[in-house]
Amino acid sequence: MIPQEIRDTQNQGDFSLGKKQVVIAPAQGREHRSYYLNMGPQHPAMHGVIRLLLELEGEKVLDADVEIGFLHRAFEKHAETEVWNNVIPWTDRLNYVSPLINNVGYCMAVEKLSGLTVPERGQFIRVIASEISRITDHLTCVGASAMELGAFTVFLYMIEGRELLYQCVDKLTGARITTSYTRVGGVKGDLPAGYDEMVLGAFKKIRALLKDVDGLLTKNRIFMDRVNDTGTLSAADALAYGVTGPFLRSTGVPYDVRRAQPSLVYDRLDFEVPVGSKGDNMDRYLVRMAEIEQSMRIVEQCLKLIPPGPHSLEEKELIEANVMVDEGKKGMTGKLWDMRANVDPTLEGGGRGCASGVQAAAPAYNLPTKEETYGSIEGLMRHFEIIMWGRGIRPPKGESYAAVEGGNGELGFHIYSDGTDRAYRVRCRPPCLYIMTALPKLIIGGSVADIIPTFGSVNMIAGELDR
Amino acid sequence: MMTEKDFPDAGFDTVQLVPKAQAREALSFLKNELGFNVLVDHTAADLSKWPEAKEGRFELTWRLMKLDPKTGLVERRLALKTRVAEGEDGPPSSKDLWPNADWAEREVWDMFGVKPSDNPSIKRLLLYEEFKGHPLRKDYPIAKRQPLVEPMAAPRERIDPKELRPKLVDS
Repeated sequence: MIPQEIRDTQNQGDFSLGKKQVVIAPAQGREHRSYYLNMGPQHPAMHGVIRLLLELEGEKVLDADVEIGFLHRAFEKHAETEVWNNVIPWTDRLNYVSPLINNVGYCMAVEKLSGLTVPERGQFIRVIASEISRITDHLTCVGASAMELGAFTVFLYMIEGRELLYQCVDKLTGARITTSYTRVGGVKGDLPAGYDEMVLGAFKKIRALLKDVDGLLTKNRIFMDRVNDTGTLSAADALAYGVTGPFLRSTGVPYDVRRAQPSLVYDRLDFEVPVGSKGDNMDRYLVRMAEIEQSMRIVEQCLKLIPPGPHSLEEKELIEANVMVDEGKKGMTGKLWDMRANVDPTLEGGGRGCASGVQAAAPAYNLPTKEETYGSIEGLMRHFEIIMWGRGIRPPKGESYAAVEGGNGELGFHIYSDGTDRAYRVRCRPPCLYIMTALPKLIIGGSVADIIPTFGSVNMIAGELDR
Repeated sequence: MMTEKDFPDAGFDTVQLVPKAQAREALSFLKNELGFNVLVDHTAADLSKWPEAKEGRFELTWRLMKLDPKTGLVERRLALKTRVAEGEDGPPSSKDLWPNADWAEREVWDMFGVKPSDNPSIKRLLLYEEFKGHPLRKDYPIAKRQPLVEPMAAPRERIDPKELRPKLVDS
């Protein structure tokens, strides 16, 4: 029995170490003391800035509170201040591990509101880009979680695989992370020459790496002890908390936006939706590993099925510049807005006088390619007609919601247009926001060491969590 | 009394507007009677600059989904909307129906200043407590800066962290 006066002093708390000690359950002569501990916002085992306030008894987590917002960058406010196309670069910064999926999601919401349909080739390219991005997302998640459990070799293997894909992304978009690849009405450019061999070669190496990782982790006693039956969430709880993506599938619910509401060309592709059974960290690891394989299958099918043709919205009807001038002289200006002048790129000789005619093509939704913009005055003018404030595309008044399957789950964009050149409101539904609401439920009752694999398998990306 | 006919199914983009007084009842009905088991998203918009004048400044949206856990297919989707006038509280909290509504309501409070009527001491989600104003309102200037130069106003020692902590909902 501890004397009453000692117990009293302990009840007053000890602030010298920055933590408060309180007696919560003195029973049978033993004292159970709990204390509060801050984990984060800067913690070596927490990738991403987030603060966990834990109430611990020894190593056991009695209660937890999650504090977010350390990476808030006002994405939604900024999106209201720029013309529609200029928001796309900001979407890269949401989930910066799979930026291409964000690009696709935002553009799909704008296209849905505008009633545009992207040409088939553009849809295939979007699927290829999204799935490559999904693989990089899963590789990073599994690699980083394994590293936190001590499997540094796995981390190096996964990052090597991700690097191979980043090179593919670089070849396709010109950037590794800040891709900004899609445009309203299409994508930035066609697949580069020899892209099939590059991607398939990367996949071959990634499959070998995944086999090695599988051998290192899946039956590894140390790894299994850390991930089996830790961070368990039941299917009913996952649904109640709005959890989607690999996390929900690990609990046995085969919800996948690509399957439940097929957009783009997903309904034509053959892929499986892997599910787990227990909803613990092991299941989430296995689901992600299986999804990497399925994503590679999707890309392989797309590369076979992709049809020739335009990748973005068709240009407005192309007519010779002198014909356009003649039409204008006759007073037939009404239909010129649906046409585009074919002028001499160098603008020498007779072409120069017709340059003003290219404005007729400005109402088109699609941005000119970079080659056109930098290579010809018409391209440059059309570019500015879409990018400048007060010009640009004007989706009709209304609102729309479009969802894609992001790396972590349902990534939705809910946009309001008041018919002007910029968005009235853009709401991003980040998948990991609602997974994080369930985090206290996942970690309470476990030990501090269990937080690391659980938090790793949640795959919190602060960029999309805090926006 | 609400019936199923009050919520016609018009595809995945169904939008339904209800008066604020009925919003909470409608949400309970949708969850308990019609089986909308997932709250996909809850957000708001400030309609003060919208071209047509609308009744009530803020538009609150609950994006609901009826998901079959066995097949993983979406049976229905519905966006329930209500309007809240300036200076008024929103409908009562729906976190007892879907626990993730708690954070979503905190974000709506943080960004728009609309809080559930039964949660007067709601905390901000993304910004810090000392932040003045609600940045996604249309009258908040984009260029406004609010550097936090002083230490956090409330001394940490005097607050029992248990009071700061939101109640965890078991389901």
